[in-house]
Amino acid sequence: MSVTPEVVSQVAALARLDMTDADLPAVTERFARVLDMVASLHTIPTDGVMPMSNPHDMVQRLRDDIVTETDQRETLLAVAPQSEAGYFLVPKVID
Amino acid sequence: MMQNVIGASAKTLLSLLDRGEISAVELVTEHLQHIRRHNSVLNAVTEILDESALAAARAADAQRASGEHKPLAGLPLLHKDNFCTRNITTSCASKMLADFKPPYDATVVSHLHTAGTVTLGKCNMDEFAMGSSTESSFYGPCKNPWDVTRVPGGSSGGSAAAVAAGFAPWATGTDTGGSIRQPASLCGVTGLKPTYGRVSRYGIVAFASSLDQAGPIARSVEDCAMMLNHIAGEDPLDATTAAIDCPDFTHGLSDDINGLRIGLPRQYFGSHLDPAVAVLVHAAIAELEAAGAILVDIDLPLTHDAIATYYVIAPAEASANLARYDGVRFGHRCADPADLQDLYQRSRSEGFGEEVQRRILVGTYALSAGSYEAYFKKAQQVRRLIRADFDRAFESIDLIAGPAAPSVAFTLGAKNQDPLTMYMEDVFTLSVNLAGLPGLSLPAGFTEKLPVGLQLIGRAFDEATVLRAGHRYQMMTDWHQHRAPMISGVSS
Repeated sequence: MSVTPEVVSQVAALARLDMTDADLPAVTERFARVLDMVASLHTIPTDGVMPMSNPHDMVQRLRDDIVTETDQRETLLAVAPQSEAGYFLVPKVID
Repeated sequence: MMQNVIGASAKTLLSLLDRGEISAVELVTEHLQHIRRHNSVLNAVTEILDESALAAARAADAQRASGEHKPLAGLPLLHKDNFCTRNITTSCASKMLADFKPPYDATVVSHLHTAGTVTLGKCNMDEFAMGSSTESSFYGPCKNPWDVTRVPGGSSGGSAAAVAAGFAPWATGTDTGGSIRQPASLCGVTGLKPTYGRVSRYGIVAFASSLDQAGPIARSVEDCAMMLNHIAGEDPLDATTAAIDCPDFTHGLSDDINGLRIGLPRQYFGSHLDPAVAVLVHAAIAELEAAGAILVDIDLPLTHDAIATYYVIAPAEASANLARYDGVRFGHRCADPADLQDLYQRSRSEGFGEEVQRRILVGTYALSAGSYEAYFKKAQQVRRLIRADFDRAFESIDLIAGPAAPSVAFTLGAKNQDPLTMYMEDVFTLSVNLAGLPGLSLPAGFTEKLPVGLQLIGRAFDEATVLRAGHRYQMMTDWHQHRAPMISGVSS
């Protein structure tokens, strides 16, 4: 197998996903199957090939530096799970 | 006359409206009743918008009575549930967004609204558009109207099933690796994935930003062209839309295809293709030849490697895009979080389904230090080679033809136990997304009473040629006019 349960655990932590000990073996097995499949890429010679991130090789377009957006605070806070006094509410992060 | 409107094309319905032979209220009411009657079996629509649809239909009738009306006033439409619709739930078929009512419309939604269409509801899909069967939906699987023991394909399975069942003459879909074309093929309808950059992605829940593209699922090529006219074009809200002029896509559809050079990739007709599907696709291509096209064998040697390329790039982009679901700003939030880490982890683990979590994991791995060069960069390099293969082919041909999917619709549960089996569904479609090209799937016959799709692939921004060849095929055949049992009344 190309990947160990420890690696999957570590990746889950990076992705902010819970990974229980009970789920880990099955998740690792399927993860490894996908990884083994995509590893076939390594047989394709790509020396000197420039990576392609956009199908038309478009570059970032710039626009004039003028304010175009209006204040959306109330609208956006209205769809938040919890908010208070005009802010998103999260658990206490500083003691 | 009334039962004839169910299953009719958008063009037909528009001419009925224009001639005053039916009102928008009658048309919308008929469709809403038809949805109510059959959706419990199909599960193609996740939310039916009776009230707002009827109000919009009344407004369209009033507008038409006043003499001046919008071009598509009163024409019913369904949206895939990953298009943001203002104050209407946009769930992406995920628990994560089950209660999300966006404060704005996607550009596509807003264009179609401006054109006068009436939104009847939102369509079921694979969760976050990740899948090829519409079985991974939080709302349960959608069924195929041709055989309800089978899947409609995915991820735009709800849209394709809804159009095939006559719930609406057309619907929007999105296609990241085949999600318009494969379900169109499995449901016997016509679906177009436009060139990357042709249609704005603004307000479409992002999956893989360099691959995602929105397009129409309809009853005919003509209807696809008509919808494309309204949704295509540069959008200041999506910097990846192309500053390239959009022709009138309905213009020139009926021009002949004499001398059009059509490439047949050898790799599309190999062991991955069901022999019964191959027979029908070859027959469809022979029709195009009879219409004057010149057939040329070509090679797209990296066809199979596109799967590996796609399953690095799409999950990598997805893992970045889906990082926004943190339980803080919108979407699902877990109960009683102990601290911020717990809030993030439990909100995400509770909110995302299995396939979405798997892709986030694969994508996170591919982007992580130590794997980036070996996986993500490598896949981006192979992507360029795939694009180069298409470029080379298009030096001597105008169009590529082949199957849209390797088989007909499969039974529910047949492929969702193993991710790799499901990933094979898109073997003929996902390289088109990697290269950013337009692709069309259109009905090309039936085997064992199940529809088969022909795929036509064009040069970047040359939807016109793709649509012209597709329309020519539909002028010569009537496969697109076959009606699923649900419309003709054979079943329930």
